[in-house]
Amino acid sequence: MSNTDFTLAIEDLSVSFDGFKAIDALTLYVDKNELRVIIGPNGAGKTTLLDLICGKTRASGGSIKFKNTELLGMAEYRRVRLGIGRKFQTPSIYENLSVFKNLEVSFPRGRSVFGALAFECDQSVSARIREVAEEIGLEDKLDTEAGLLSHGQKQWLEIGMLLMQNPELLMLDEPIAGMSAKERELTAELLERICKNRSVIVIEHDMDFVKRIAHKVTVMHQGKILAEGSMEQVQNHPKVIDVYLGH
Amino acid sequence: MNLNIFQSWNTRYQLISLAVLGVILMVALPLCLDIFRLNMVGKYLTYAFVAIGLVMVWGYGGVLSLGQGVFFGLGGYAMAMYLKLEASDPESTAIQSTPGIPDFMDWNQLTELPTFWLPFNSLPLTLIAVIVVPTLLAWMISFAMFKRRVGGVYFAIITQAVALILTVLIIGQQGYTGGVNGITDLKTLHGWDTRTDSAKLILYYLCVVLLLASILLCRWIQTSKLGTLLLAMRDKEERIRFSGYDVSSFKIFTFCLAAALSGIGGAMFTLQVGFMSPSFIGIVPSIEMVIYAAVGGRLSLVGAVYGTLLVNSGKTLFSETFPDIWLFLMAALFIGVTMAFPMGLAGLWDKYVTPCWKRWLQARRAPAPQVKAAPGAQAEVSRKVNVSSIHEEIPAGLGA
Repeated sequence: MSNTDFTLAIEDLSVSFDGFKAIDALTLYVDKNELRVIIGPNGAGKTTLLDLICGKTRASGGSIKFKNTELLGMAEYRRVRLGIGRKFQTPSIYENLSVFKNLEVSFPRGRSVFGALAFECDQSVSARIREVAEEIGLEDKLDTEAGLLSHGQKQWLEIGMLLMQNPELLMLDEPIAGMSAKERELTAELLERICKNRSVIVIEHDMDFVKRIAHKVTVMHQGKILAEGSMEQVQNHPKVIDVYLGH
Repeated sequence: MNLNIFQSWNTRYQLISLAVLGVILMVALPLCLDIFRLNMVGKYLTYAFVAIGLVMVWGYGGVLSLGQGVFFGLGGYAMAMYLKLEASDPESTAIQSTPGIPDFMDWNQLTELPTFWLPFNSLPLTLIAVIVVPTLLAWMISFAMFKRRVGGVYFAIITQAVALILTVLIIGQQGYTGGVNGITDLKTLHGWDTRTDSAKLILYYLCVVLLLASILLCRWIQTSKLGTLLLAMRDKEERIRFSGYDVSSFKIFTFCLAAALSGIGGAMFTLQVGFMSPSFIGIVPSIEMVIYAAVGGRLSLVGAVYGTLLVNSGKTLFSETFPDIWLFLMAALFIGVTMAFPMGLAGLWDKYVTPCWKRWLQARRAPAPQVKAAPGAQAEVSRKVNVSSIHEEIPAGLGA
């Protein structure tokens, strides 16, 4: 497989669970500074695709290259250290720790056993934590136990934890699920701010939200790509109307 | 910042509880007990090393090990082998067919000291082995398991199997290990008779100092980023993994730490009790060690020490007073504690004593508002109220 200019180059990727092909010979490229939204009906393989990229699931064949480095066969934590951040569908935060500690744990230093023993939360770390907390609108909540945050705030906190690592590829699985209209609006603004200087992949069902944020939309169906292009192109694609958007 | 207040107060609270434990162990008990009983407490305290290791690996790391007796035993056997070699000098073993080797080897027709016994002629090498041998075995087990993401019940069963295997091995290889009798008749440590009353007192104090130092070390680890990571990992392991951490390396480290502490405990056991046998390292003692930590509260280092002392004193008391039914009484204690107080003694303390203590502190610092204060004292009172309101914000610590 040749090298490309793309941040993420997925070629001929397949995975099957007991004979069921969840991802079937899929090819997808994500550009630098691009915000890509993946849509598709339930069971289309969207979350599985993110699992394959971050290493949670093992592929049966194909290739995933991040900045021309092959990811398949690499341990999860190494992929993260290359610059891939992943947000899970349900907010995945450390409920018993304060917001400050949640962000501190995500700071990319002291990641080895002895590094963690020697780690000190110095000026630069707490400055970075404050910066990120301001970005996600939780600067007043630094001392709050994360479990006490509202659902929307938990989602933002997890995005903030990823931002601490300053990843080049950010993957968000349904970031606005369960959010109020106001929170959706704030999240859209947040995404617009943070997609600068990095590639972002978002899985989302809410079409208005997708319209608002997407640079390019990929429609998945039964483990394959059904259509790809701008929101308008995709919306008028006959196959997409057929299987997903409805007449 | 509130967080800092919480942390520094919590640290101070921890230090106070450690100091109280230190005073009880170093002043109160030696004053109250005769040397026989004190030696017994010293023996119990060697189990406390295992219990604080379990606080780290089980309470903080979320990994239950039912085989800590293995590491306790390896440390104990390493020390026993050194002491046995010293006790088996050619003069005192002159009646054997091969003088100069331990008696049980002679009974088993061995004519030469096995090679793996040779390093135990040296005290420094023995002291290293006390820590390194258990750590190495722990590393081998945990590396194999955690890299493959074996955890939970499966890990507990495997550690239990290791405990059984080691017991069978030691009992089966009588000529090399002393078999089911263990290694007995230990006399001197580098020429110093360990059986006298004064030696027992010194060994008791050594044991206490080592234990307090171990607690401080564990406390330091808990307050470092590694401690936070362990707590975070117990809550959301996937999130830690996908934040760029090699989860298995942290579990391996904690497991090895617990093993090293257990090894030190085992060595102190041999020194104070005067022998080592397979009955202290098998499945049953390993499970009992988990119970010590559970009774004390598996998140509290100091609590684990009290738990160990309480359970062992109970064991001694019951078995002396009710020789027929003491095992049932012990079982009742364990079931009662785990059913009624799942967080152990430390949990009880945090729930009932800490709030009272805080109320008392508050009442002392800020006199009741109804009391008429002289105008001049007004400012003073309001300052004190402020201080107490800061105390009110402080959440209960994780136990003593």
